[in-house]
Amino acid sequence: MAKKVAFLQGNEAAAQGALYAGCKFFGGYPITPSTEVAEVMSVELPKVGGKFIQMEDEIGAMASVIGASLTGAKSLTATSGPGLSLKQELIGYACIAETPVVIVNVMRGGPSTGMPTGPSQSDVMCAKWGTHGDHAAICLTPASVQELFEETVRAFNLAEKYRMPVMVMPDEIVAHMRERIVFPEPGELEVIDRTAPSVPPAEYKPYDTRFGDVPPLAGFGSEYRFHVTGLNKAEDGFPTTKATLVQAEEERQIRKVDANVDDIVQFEEYLCDDAEVAVVAFGSTSRSARFAVNEARKQGIKAGLFRIKTFWPFPEKQIKALGAKVKGIITPEMNLGMCTGEVKRVVEGQAPVTGIFRVDGEPINPGQILEKIKEVK
Amino acid sequence: MSQRYEIRFSGAGGQGLILAGVIMAEAASIYDGKQAVQSQSYGPEARGGASKSEVVISDAMIDYPKATVVDALLALTQEAADKYSHDLKEGGVLLIDSDLVKKVPAGNFKTVAFPIINTAKNEVGREIVANIVALGAMVALTNVVTKESAEKAVLARVPEAFIELNKKAFQMGFDKAVAAKA
Repeated sequence: MAKKVAFLQGNEAAAQGALYAGCKFFGGYPITPSTEVAEVMSVELPKVGGKFIQMEDEIGAMASVIGASLTGAKSLTATSGPGLSLKQELIGYACIAETPVVIVNVMRGGPSTGMPTGPSQSDVMCAKWGTHGDHAAICLTPASVQELFEETVRAFNLAEKYRMPVMVMPDEIVAHMRERIVFPEPGELEVIDRTAPSVPPAEYKPYDTRFGDVPPLAGFGSEYRFHVTGLNKAEDGFPTTKATLVQAEEERQIRKVDANVDDIVQFEEYLCDDAEVAVVAFGSTSRSARFAVNEARKQGIKAGLFRIKTFWPFPEKQIKALGAKVKGIITPEMNLGMCTGEVKRVVEGQAPVTGIFRVDGEPINPGQILEKIKEVK
Repeated sequence: MSQRYEIRFSGAGGQGLILAGVIMAEAASIYDGKQAVQSQSYGPEARGGASKSEVVISDAMIDYPKATVVDALLALTQEAADKYSHDLKEGGVLLIDSDLVKKVPAGNFKTVAFPIINTAKNEVGREIVANIVALGAMVALTNVVTKESAEKAVLARVPEAFIELNKKAFQMGFDKAVAAKA
């Protein structure tokens, strides 16, 4: 049977990806340019026995997805910059309470209400450092409508596998543009469900490290009873200030991601093998970069593209290796240097890193990147 | 056609230009089997303000999703004509509403003009289908999607009760553009 195809908007594809992954709850507060995610979920969730709720604000929305997830439902919220800022307190709660949730954050101009309909890539630091305290972060930055579908599925997988919040961050261009999408058949993409407890209810502890760094999570409201708090907790879920327990717990939460970077990090190298100039880009900007790299090649310049698919954890060892073999790196992005700073950090001076920054609500066009490639080569 | 073909639909918010672009791209991508990307930019207003919807069509993979040099431009308002005609390519096509764009942008491209909104209002019978009149005209002028595919794409997007109205709008736009071009 021919696969189902459709001409879909990025946001619609994110919602379809969530449904494919088995999402059963959406709690949100509408905000441009992410509203279509909520729109689709409000129509589709009731059809699959799921629940949709529009909360009183973004903070409430974030609280609702944490609560829903604890009961066992895969949960999604969608927002944009100002909403992401509001959600930060509860994102920290999801981190410390180790609750799987997926947040689709469509990047628009900022700070504050900024430029609601203008594209941006300036929330990537907020994905990692927005909420206070030491915590791990996973953030995916898809570049096409098809990839927005697939990466939303992967975000649920990572959230469930590592018991933590995961962010999907398309820029406004990727979220609002429309492309043809081929729907994967059920079973074609991997769908990961959380590990259920193997011990009887009386023995259950929600952070039982006998089962590894990601302890099984029971469904709240089932025969398994447990305590959830935003305070540092012992394995039984109740607050503790015992130094050794707190230290171990914090380190374990960071280790969940640090020890599994190769499982989480995805990237794409295009014409990098013999490249003398490499463009490192993500989201819609990587599409401008690919255009520019092709043009440069036509003019005899050995240019390549390293496309970041997983922004956090940052593809450190791959970009470090890239820095060791090229004459220069160019980092175009719709912000004032967030990715550039990370690239400089990991390249450690092996190659000069030149940024191209735009925050005027216009995309970085291929011509701008090509010009810089010619300068750097 | 392995090269990019770029079309921009522009006018004011609320004129249905994003939908016109979506239908054009759907005709190419779903019915003609080509690659297509549709994108848009608009202001925070729900109505008014300059609005544009861009479609890139190619036989090959499309990387940059926005227009670089525009092959065909529709402008339904003077503001859109002034704002969005600067990157229309030499030898390209400019379609304007002759009632609303009085100051025709200068350039080395072919300008086609007819009263698009007035056609929708008085000849088709509803102003709301002006975008479909314009779409029919753009299909005729660009030849980048087949007329059959475009018509299928239009009909797949409109509610049952409005099929005849939209068919008529599409055909009238197509015919008027052919006549105006000659």
